[in-house]
Amino acid sequence: MSGTAHAPRPADGALSAVVELEAVRVVYGGRPVVDVGHLAVRAGELLAIIGPNGSGKSTLLRVLGLLEPPTAGEVRFRGQAVARRDLLTVRRQMASVFQDPLLVDATAFDNVALGLRFRGLSRGEIVPRVQRWMDRLGVGHLAERRARTLSGGEAQRTALARALVLQPAVLLLDEPFSALDQPTREALIVELGRILRHDRITTVLVTHDRGEAMTLGDQVAAMMDGRILQLADAARLFRAPASEVVARFVGVETIVDGRVVAAGDGLLTLDVAGQKIEVAAGRGQAGEEVRLCVRPEDVTLTVPGEVSLSSSRNQLTGTITQLLPSGAQVRALVDCGFPLVALVTHRSVEEMSMVEGLPVVASFKATAAHVIPRS
Amino acid sequence: MSLLVEALRQAASLLVGGDGEIWGILWLSLRVSATATAIALALGIPFGALLALTRFPGRGLVVSAVNTGMGLPPVVVGLFISLLLWRSGLLGVWEILYTPTAIVIAQAVIATPIVTGITLAAVQNVPERFRLQLVALGASRLQMVWVVLREARLPMLAAVMAGFGGIISEIGASMMVGGNIKGQTRTLTTAMVLETGKGNFDVAIALAILLLVLIFLVNWALTAIQQRGASAR
Repeated sequence: MSGTAHAPRPADGALSAVVELEAVRVVYGGRPVVDVGHLAVRAGELLAIIGPNGSGKSTLLRVLGLLEPPTAGEVRFRGQAVARRDLLTVRRQMASVFQDPLLVDATAFDNVALGLRFRGLSRGEIVPRVQRWMDRLGVGHLAERRARTLSGGEAQRTALARALVLQPAVLLLDEPFSALDQPTREALIVELGRILRHDRITTVLVTHDRGEAMTLGDQVAAMMDGRILQLADAARLFRAPASEVVARFVGVETIVDGRVVAAGDGLLTLDVAGQKIEVAAGRGQAGEEVRLCVRPEDVTLTVPGEVSLSSSRNQLTGTITQLLPSGAQVRALVDCGFPLVALVTHRSVEEMSMVEGLPVVASFKATAAHVIPRS
Repeated sequence: MSLLVEALRQAASLLVGGDGEIWGILWLSLRVSATATAIALALGIPFGALLALTRFPGRGLVVSAVNTGMGLPPVVVGLFISLLLWRSGLLGVWEILYTPTAIVIAQAVIATPIVTGITLAAVQNVPERFRLQLVALGASRLQMVWVVLREARLPMLAAVMAGFGGIISEIGASMMVGGNIKGQTRTLTTAMVLETGKGNFDVAIALAILLLVLIFLVNWALTAIQQRGASAR
């Protein structure tokens, strides 16, 4: 690893790495909080790192941003290990936004200009750039306002403009939306996503929110206890988590033991508690013990006997054992030989007069199910 | 009571039509204490910022020493500066004992720990993640400290007020290292002691009024700045 550290890597045709971590460990008081073998942030891509609180994801971001030296391992910028004396130079090609806007006590304009002033740009260069980015973030009209008088959403937009105006080689975002109220948050996520994609800004987003990661991330890394358990395309990570911990974290609620009874044609047939379940694109051999994963929003419930219009390969009869209201929806626990969780609307609960004990047909597509190895 | 009224009347006439000696004393006090405050700020702000932003073994001890220094008795400072500047003292060759310079030195010694301590507290009060954010935006160490100090400017005005207020009304050190020499090192406070001792209450009261007005004006100006800053929040 150290032998090649100083040689610039040729761009390998595909997306080249802007920042990389190699064998990075961070230890606080004997307890490892980050332990990552290799992680590359590729040019033009948005990498979302999701994980519960205390998973080490914020520490990982600080290491990536050269704000905290790792206990062991190295950080590479454009293929080169970052030397101590180059820290400031390389850091000036990055920009960060944290959960709190952390604005200085000055006007919004002065805040956005801050990083450019640190870099010694002239006023003539600063003014148009600041104005342009404040406009893009929708806070152009607030330029002369004192930062302390801005609302939470305005302040965070200003903080984002302050980072984006630097046109960083990599933008680091640490839970930038989590302090905002719901409508403000959703609007900002959409707008920021549009800017990041349009300008192809290389970004690392750390969040505990699956929705944010799914909306914004090209790649998503699931982090737990300091380790990256899985890194995959956003869709893939949510559709096909590789292990039970990741599956639970990305919102898979039905995880049950089963056995492969037939495999072929890209289709697995499982026996789960006596029920035949078909799983598309699953890898496995007949006789293998596996675990079946199904997301609750992929399961639909219908009344038995009703003509089913669904094309779902898996239609299981069962009984509702529990109905748990969960925000705008209701979580229905169905016993169909094994416990299956379905997410249904309040409307369908009413229409079907769902009550605990009601017999139902639970259906889900073969493509909505996937298998993971038995741990 | 009539003594007070009479003294007040005479004090007023002294101030209005006085011989100029009083104004000379005022000017000297102002000059000496302002210079000492400036020195204290020049030393105390960097030192306080450094103490707030670095960690080293024995830091706790230094911080405790600074906090103790904030309550340094002027008489004690006067004693030690006198010993230093005494003809046979370590800095005796400077031959500045009983000059305004000696008072400036003594007052700077009194005010520096005050400025250091308040700066330390003000800078420490700026959250660490704020400093991290500045570094993340590409601030060099010096740029980071500068922005943090600017951020803490309102509490730091308190450092100026406390420093100046502490030494303009101080008497022990001025008396000991200045010597209360007429026309040379006589300050508002030392003159007041002398005149009261001589029973010249009118002069003493005139001086007291001047001192109070001076302290009021300085604090009023600084408070105006502080409040303007605060209302902009």
